[in-house]
Amino acid sequence: MRVAEHLNRSLHSLMENDPSVHLLGEDVSDPYGGAFKITKGLSDRFGPRVMSTPLSEGGIVGVGAGLALAGDRAIVEIMFGDFATLAFDQLVNFAAKSTTMYGRPVDVPLIVRLPTGGRRGYGPTHSQSLQKHFIGVPGLSVYEMSPFHDAGRLFAEIFAGGRPAVFFEDKVLYTKPMLSDGDGLHTFEVRDGWAVIRAERDTEDVLLAPGGLTDRALTALRDLLLEDEIACTLLVPARLHPLDVTPVADVLAAAKRVHVAEDGTAGGTWGAEVARLLHERLWGRLTAPITHISAPDSIIPTAAHLEARCTVQPADIRRAINK
Amino acid sequence: MIGAVRERTLTPVSEADLSRMLRIRHFEKALLRLFEQGRLNGTTHTCLGQEHVPVAVSALLRPEDHVFSNHRGHGHFLARYDEPHALLAEITGREGALCNGVGGSQHIYHERFLSTGVQGESLPVAVGVALRHRRTGDGIVCAYIGDGTWGEGSVYEALNMAQLWGAPLLVVVEHNRIAQSTPTARQMAGSIAGRCAGFGVRHERVESVDVNVVRGALAPLVDHVRREKRPAVFEVSVHRAGPHSKGDDTRTAAELAEAAAGDWYPHYTRDFPAQVAALEEIERAFIDAAVENVLARPLSEWS
Repeated sequence: MRVAEHLNRSLHSLMENDPSVHLLGEDVSDPYGGAFKITKGLSDRFGPRVMSTPLSEGGIVGVGAGLALAGDRAIVEIMFGDFATLAFDQLVNFAAKSTTMYGRPVDVPLIVRLPTGGRRGYGPTHSQSLQKHFIGVPGLSVYEMSPFHDAGRLFAEIFAGGRPAVFFEDKVLYTKPMLSDGDGLHTFEVRDGWAVIRAERDTEDVLLAPGGLTDRALTALRDLLLEDEIACTLLVPARLHPLDVTPVADVLAAAKRVHVAEDGTAGGTWGAEVARLLHERLWGRLTAPITHISAPDSIIPTAAHLEARCTVQPADIRRAINK
Repeated sequence: MIGAVRERTLTPVSEADLSRMLRIRHFEKALLRLFEQGRLNGTTHTCLGQEHVPVAVSALLRPEDHVFSNHRGHGHFLARYDEPHALLAEITGREGALCNGVGGSQHIYHERFLSTGVQGESLPVAVGVALRHRRTGDGIVCAYIGDGTWGEGSVYEALNMAQLWGAPLLVVVEHNRIAQSTPTARQMAGSIAGRCAGFGVRHERVESVDVNVVRGALAPLVDHVRREKRPAVFEVSVHRAGPHSKGDDTRTAAELAEAAAGDWYPHYTRDFPAQVAALEEIERAFIDAAVENVLARPLSEWS
């Protein structure tokens, strides 16, 4: 099953099992079913609980927060993650802060889904990976869809926690299959919010990457193994922030070299935060500083040959690990 | 326009309304005094001159209704919940505070009252809460904003959605003619009525210091919001008799005199001197005792 279909089915189950769940977004209703068809069939089935909205990203995230505060649960789809900037105030200053700024824990069960990333030729304002702008906001969780994780479980986990979350979904990942078991070379294991992808136990190279990078990371891993004779374990967290590495402590403990890859542009990145966290934990055991792989400090051009230069490619990951 | 700011004669005022207006006034004056004495941390925005608005509004609300407030929200709170000790404890960070001293003057969440410090941010959230009311009963949401708030795009997004989706949302605009230091004429083109017309949202405007006149003008609108499950905007022309926050008033002497003349308080002392004097003594003493009581408490704790 493709990731897009898995997300769609997860939303169907979520709304079927929990009548308090409402979904809002631009063009999410049938027959259109959302720009990436993730919400297809939902409005036909759940009627007024699915609302196609005006082009008001800030407004609809606010409405979602209002529903969440009043006792419902809300999922807001922002058509392109780039437009999350229009909802930054509602996310940072209202939804996230409300969980603590009133002096007692307040539940804000709100998920803002953000189709994200380049490699589809949509140009500078429809291709970005803005995860880094949401890292370290008190009260806000940052998730990213991966082909290994059950989206329904992640949505349930977010709602149960009562903390609002931004949920990034890579737009190319939508077209890829969900993954389980392995690819013939590597085994795929999911544990406590992490996917562990490896050819053998206790590899000296470990790569951490969000779910959107999975296809490129897997290509790099295969090339490294078959052509460079380097076995590297890939770790994919479902929740990018706050990042809890305890479930994969054993994998990290065996590492000599750690690499972090991400789609965001260089500077003030998620990967830098991961490196800080891991340096504290692994200092003295690593034989090299943590490697960081990101998109360059650049906008993302539209033309395919230019866009390829400004997005992370499998060869970039392989090169960094094989240094 | 209903009435005029300087009514020749006010309608008789109930003891409950006048007491509450005076209670809010003395609460605000006590805050300014504490600031002068260096006994308050941070900042505050008093509602001097505007107290009659929330007192007029609150009597029309039901327990299940939600109120969203803004930075100038002490009157909104005290008119809705008669808990000055808890509010003062919040502002001074003492035990018994509404939000353990975390939110302070402009971030309060208590029962069905919620305030935030970012202009216009509350309106989309209020639409969300109102949609829940629409679905589950006949509660409404009342959201207070100012004339300055209309500079924010979120206001327009919210009004559009509220009208589209039939959100029972009453927006009360306390139009006090000035946004911090900028006269409204220099920060707002057109009118609030014109803006509402653009969305097909019902709008009423009243200019009066008489709590009964304000309430009388609002009552049919509240009814409309509740029964028809539609938004409405109620604009009350008021005067900000005090500074924006504390000691930051740059208005000219003439402007200040005009604001003072538009305050409800001198009108009530003129028309009902004995009633005001009697109740004022009680409220002043009550607030003084509240201040003494709250400031003697231990500091608030937050875990």
